[in-house]
Amino acid sequence: MKEILADIDSWQQTGRQVALATVVQVYGSAPRPLGAKLAVSEDGAMVGSVSGGCVESATVQEALEVLETGRPRLVSFGIADETAWEVGLACGGTIEVFIEPLNW
Amino acid sequence: MAELFDAVAQAIRQDELCAVVTVLSGDKIGGKLLVRRERKRDAGGPSFAATGSLGDTALEQAALAHAREAMEARRTTRISLPVEEGEWELLIDVHVPQERLVIVGAVHIAIPLVAFARELGLKTVVVDARPIFATQDRFDHADELIRSWPEDALREMKLNESTYVVTLTHDEKLDTPALVYALGHPVSYIGALGSKRTHAKRVAVLREAGVSDEQISRIHAPIGLDLGGRSPGEIALAIMAEIVQVRNRVKETGR
Repeated sequence: MKEILADIDSWQQTGRQVALATVVQVYGSAPRPLGAKLAVSEDGAMVGSVSGGCVESATVQEALEVLETGRPRLVSFGIADETAWEVGLACGGTIEVFIEPLNW
Repeated sequence: MAELFDAVAQAIRQDELCAVVTVLSGDKIGGKLLVRRERKRDAGGPSFAATGSLGDTALEQAALAHAREAMEARRTTRISLPVEEGEWELLIDVHVPQERLVIVGAVHIAIPLVAFARELGLKTVVVDARPIFATQDRFDHADELIRSWPEDALREMKLNESTYVVTLTHDEKLDTPALVYALGHPVSYIGALGSKRTHAKRVAVLREAGVSDEQISRIHAPIGLDLGGRSPGEIALAIMAEIVQVRNRVKETGR
């Protein structure tokens, strides 16, 4: 969390909406632990990470939708074993990411 | 709006133990609670206070109890709370402060000790006023090297549960005031180098300085687990092993 605060600050100071994505469940072995965070600005900039890189772009898409609707959502990303290696989730499995507008 | 996030950001920037509780599902989705420890220390130990709202008082109370447990265990957790309509899914996101090892005495043992501590995720601070010991060359791998009297250096630091202190100077004039000061704080570990005989003398000096026996008993001396080693590396390993043992016990019992 600490490492993403500065970017969030600068986005908010320039009046941009920010969404926060947090890993809230990890099944199997995943590259980022419970609580790992990715922040997304309304213009699609991101800081932090929720996986080894594979799930980030999908998370950004979801985050932009969350900013539009203003409603938090819980998103599950399942990664098949054969693709897991390619996308960076070393042993496959599933992660659950909670995405919310940073308006609290 | 944004007030709660500001409070969260502030707590994290100050590297304070805290937890953010988030409701992940149901009609209270997105509800937030920030749980912090309160400063006052009365007989019952630290108390915990929550700001923010989950939209339901009973839920907040249950969440606070779970947050307290997670903070004591220093572990982010996902929980389900059974309620009439099914279950509340909550994330309790714990911010764990950076742990720090303060090494009083830039002696030979301190060199491998810094290396071990770093490997185990502790920040290292080496303190020694003696210029021949406290050289950048010897302690380039330490996070911080402070050239001043130990007691003065300790006064400038926040000595809390995330702090581990060892005194290694071989000089009671330096070690003892540092020990007296550290014993007045809730640090998780205090170890003092020296034989049983040295420690017996030290205990007498500490008693004279008005330190209670209960406080004195917090000192790990002779320092380190008994690995039977003699070289600086082996002694450093024994000290680090003892710190790891205490650290894991702290996590278990949530002290």
